[in-house]
Amino acid sequence: MSSNAITVPGAQIQARPWVDELHQWLSTVDHKRLGILYILSALLFLAIGGVEALIIRIQLMHSHNNFVSPEVFNRMFTMHGTTMIFFVAMPVLFGFANYLVPLMIGARDMAFPRLNAFSFWLSFFGALLLYFSFLGGSGLYGAGSAPDVGWWSYAPLGARAFSPGHSSDYWTLALLVSGFGSIGTAINIIATILCLRCPGMKISRMPLLVWMNLVMAGMVLLAITPLSAAQIMLLIDRYLGGHFFDTQAGGSAVLWMHFFWIFGHPEVYVLIIPCFAFMSEIIPVFSRKPIFGYPVMVAATVCIGFVSMSVWAHHMFTIGMNSYANSFFTLTTMAVGVPTGIKIFNWIGTMWGGKIQFKTPMLFSIGFLFQFLIAGLTGIMMASSPFDWQLSLSYFVVAHFHYVIVGGILFALFGAFYYWYPKMTGRMLSERLGKWHFWLFLIGFHLTFDVMHIPGVLGMPRRIYTYEPGRGWDTLNFIITIGAFIQAIAILVFLANLVVSYFKGDKAGHDPWDAWTLEWSISSPPPAYNFATVPTVASRRPLWDLKHPEDPDSRYE
Amino acid sequence: MLRKSSTVRFLTQTILLLFWSGMTVWASEPEGSSSHGTNIFAPASTPAKSIADLSVFVLVITGIIFVVVFALLVYAVVKFRGRAMDAGREPAQVYGSTQIELAWTIIPILIVVVLFLATARVIHAIQDAPEPAGAVQVTAIGHQYWWEFRYPRLGIVTANELHIPVSDPSHPAPTFLQLLSADTDHSFWVPELGGKTDLIPNHPNKMWIDPQRTGVFLGQCAQYCGTQHAKMLLRVSVDEPEEFSAWVRAQQRPVIEDIRAIAGRRVFESNACMNCHAVAGTVANGRFGPDLTHLMSRATIAAGATKNTHDNLRLWIQTPSAIKPGSLMPAMQLSGADLDAVVSYMETLR
Amino acid sequence: MSAVTTSFPNSAVAWHLPSRGKVAMAGLIVAESAIFTIFVVAYLFYLGKSLTGPTPREVLETPIFYTICLLSSSLTIHLAAKCLARGIGFAFLGLWLLTIALGGLFLYGTAQEWHRLIYEHGLTISTNLFGTTYYSLVGLHAFHVTAGLVMLVTVAVFSLSGRVGVKQSGHIEVLSMYWHFVDVVWVVVFTVVYVLGR
Repeated sequence: MSSNAITVPGAQIQARPWVDELHQWLSTVDHKRLGILYILSALLFLAIGGVEALIIRIQLMHSHNNFVSPEVFNRMFTMHGTTMIFFVAMPVLFGFANYLVPLMIGARDMAFPRLNAFSFWLSFFGALLLYFSFLGGSGLYGAGSAPDVGWWSYAPLGARAFSPGHSSDYWTLALLVSGFGSIGTAINIIATILCLRCPGMKISRMPLLVWMNLVMAGMVLLAITPLSAAQIMLLIDRYLGGHFFDTQAGGSAVLWMHFFWIFGHPEVYVLIIPCFAFMSEIIPVFSRKPIFGYPVMVAATVCIGFVSMSVWAHHMFTIGMNSYANSFFTLTTMAVGVPTGIKIFNWIGTMWGGKIQFKTPMLFSIGFLFQFLIAGLTGIMMASSPFDWQLSLSYFVVAHFHYVIVGGILFALFGAFYYWYPKMTGRMLSERLGKWHFWLFLIGFHLTFDVMHIPGVLGMPRRIYTYEPGRGWDTLNFIITIGAFIQAIAILVFLANLVVSYFKGDKAGHDPWDAWTLEWSISSPPPAYNFATVPTVASRRPLWDLKHPEDPDSRYE
Repeated sequence: MLRKSSTVRFLTQTILLLFWSGMTVWASEPEGSSSHGTNIFAPASTPAKSIADLSVFVLVITGIIFVVVFALLVYAVVKFRGRAMDAGREPAQVYGSTQIELAWTIIPILIVVVLFLATARVIHAIQDAPEPAGAVQVTAIGHQYWWEFRYPRLGIVTANELHIPVSDPSHPAPTFLQLLSADTDHSFWVPELGGKTDLIPNHPNKMWIDPQRTGVFLGQCAQYCGTQHAKMLLRVSVDEPEEFSAWVRAQQRPVIEDIRAIAGRRVFESNACMNCHAVAGTVANGRFGPDLTHLMSRATIAAGATKNTHDNLRLWIQTPSAIKPGSLMPAMQLSGADLDAVVSYMETLR
Repeated sequence: MSAVTTSFPNSAVAWHLPSRGKVAMAGLIVAESAIFTIFVVAYLFYLGKSLTGPTPREVLETPIFYTICLLSSSLTIHLAAKCLARGIGFAFLGLWLLTIALGGLFLYGTAQEWHRLIYEHGLTISTNLFGTTYYSLVGLHAFHVTAGLVMLVTVAVFSLSGRVGVKQSGHIEVLSMYWHFVDVVWVVVFTVVYVLGR
């Protein structure tokens, strides 16, 4: 057995006092530890955001329900959305990027390890600031609590006049602070990928995960910053008497919408592109074939990155833009579906002719393909502006974006967890619990989000704390709530798997999946320095070349 | 076991698909007879019809795409599953195919072009439709949490319940609405009459509808506007031409003096009520709350939150938060006698 | 499950990658440009839309002298970086201090202009849309100039205590990239506010 780890034979490792261990973790600049901190923090807020969702679903279980007051309900949907996007999805994806990118390019760490740590703690502090609002804020009627203006805080609802007290300020500051953390991480990822690749790893030889995180990081620089600018403007309005979004002084509520969605739309691509990355690593390994069409996958991703910057006003089809603007955004929104569809075809093309292994990461990947296909198609429906005049602001949209975020992003993330947990901890996650997790979650997901399209078509708007009986929405909402609870149970199974397997899981070894990228060439977990000697690569699958010296990829590239 | 699990998966998903399509059909039953539902696929007006027709076209195309891609996915999963005897042997390592990539790039681009052209036509037809000379004009002003409706040409001011004439397709009589807001963003959505359009302060919008069936059409505010966004409901009563004219005349009529109501009117005018509310022909001229001149001509109060009955009216004036917590109407702290008097006065405002 | 039993081939490839400082600063500049773009868009959008109060034409005076100061400071910092790379420490320090002086003059000019606008014309950030967008945009820029000056002064202190030599010229180049960015932003802001906006 050869290992890149340097061990001292016969050395006895003394267990450190837990305070020391805690200090190591809190002061770390190691990308692997920071990656794990990001992921753990995201799991914490996933649980909290999930509870908020369950509260929403219980209240909506039947018409004229009284489980929570309208004020509490409005806080719940605001906090649920804000938490899930900014303090679950972004951190967990940054966490995986942090962990995997240096390993996959044969580097020692990220380009700026201290900036890395600073960015994480900024992000975490932002989350704490948001949740402190429950204690320190004041809502629409000064009754003290979390923000209740929706996660977009449309003007003028976010202005002092309509949001007295501090709840909106906590929302604004939390996002501003964590936004700066995101920008720091994005700069770090770009510098790492461009400047720290190991010899031989030309840009055209990087794993697709690295490519896609590069595109994602570039988009973060251009997408998060408009939100930061808008937040600064909102603070100027709220604290310095500014009039950016003050309609009484001639200001424009629509300007806030433009600024917010110039952030908001690329943001969802920032969230999905790293998930494309996971799929592009997992599907080939479990189909036992290289990714079909690597250059096209790269081109499609870059194309998505650019085109997605031009579609934002499809969130604004109902605000009264003229027919030319509506037509333009219809066209660009439909157009961005083309490179996205190409990727789905390439993943199926990867599976085609392969020898598919249905381990848990692959089950979640297949679920991703099915659900992302549907989500994309409901997206095309809403790209058609007149169709959107009916579907927008209704539960159809809520169903669509949860299909993308839960059916797409979360499924891909679960795949990533099952695939890379062995590398991070040295233990395999239980396949048995994994299958329970998968099936329970699949059933709960479809029960909730398939059905949820229907109340939208039947006229149910979003963000309502209750609804009238006799509209045909009661039974449907009840079923949706049941599905939510099934998903919650599945998540508990997943969390249990994470904990139990840490102590009792099978030892993983270097390369439990017989995979082909550099992270599988070192021990699980990797040593602090990653690679004892800097690797040199000659193809896109360096470990394939080593395992199959008679037929290396370098011959074909 | 592995083989079965993937087949079971896809059987499950196919069953789910069929089930949910059935659900959509079953769940779309509208309530009541003269009262219509809120189903976007039961259009009763030209814009809603154009949207529904376009939507079916889009659904068919996306449905075909789904079936094709889903079939390919199922086939791949079933046909190319790894078997135990494959262990150690890797399949042919195929890197890609330029022809296939071209094919599945060009076909989607063509589909996009077709969908876009079909859509652009409908956008233009709805948004750029000219306003005919005899159209009914309504100005809708969104408030937290009620709707103000003004008919500028007819000199009518009312709230929450819109009356418009039915439109005969051979002689269209559309209603054109100008949409404004007094505070924050709202959205006018009556699904069976048309798509929604937002009411945004400092940003006037316009929309039109031409309902071709009589009856009451329901809807509600669709843009989150604050605590009671959920109870900012819409009732659109589409009347036969004679009924509509009768309603207009009734709304234009000044308030009828009623001796029984003098005590209540005095309470109304000496408390803060008239700071917010208006009753035409009296000294009450507040614009912050709904115009009450013809309150009794409305079927509901508090923007549809509850039916317009004696008990509900009394409860509303006494404790608005019992019906609509977070509404901007304050509890008036009236004594029992004053409260009864005011309710009697309200009940004379036909 | 296979373990990698052989090690990676040795590299005979000449392998050159860009400097991480420059790449990171380029990334920061891209991000900051996006923020400034949003403020410029707001400024342009609200031109002529103020309901009350002073208009740009009535109150703005084109700050030609202070603009020349700031733009010259780009030249001086460029020359300073060149000198340092060649090891001419004395010239470097002199040019560096001149850069700081010119940047400081620019900030003084901004302060003077704001004093005049507030006390003579009554224009504040809350007066009208023009006031809000003007002070935000020019203020955001001035904030970035200030941050840059803090960094320049820090380097000056290190230089005076003999810690800045040829080895640090890479860092100095990265910092001067930031300073050039601040100048380019001023060219845009100047054009939008003092040329187009009137």
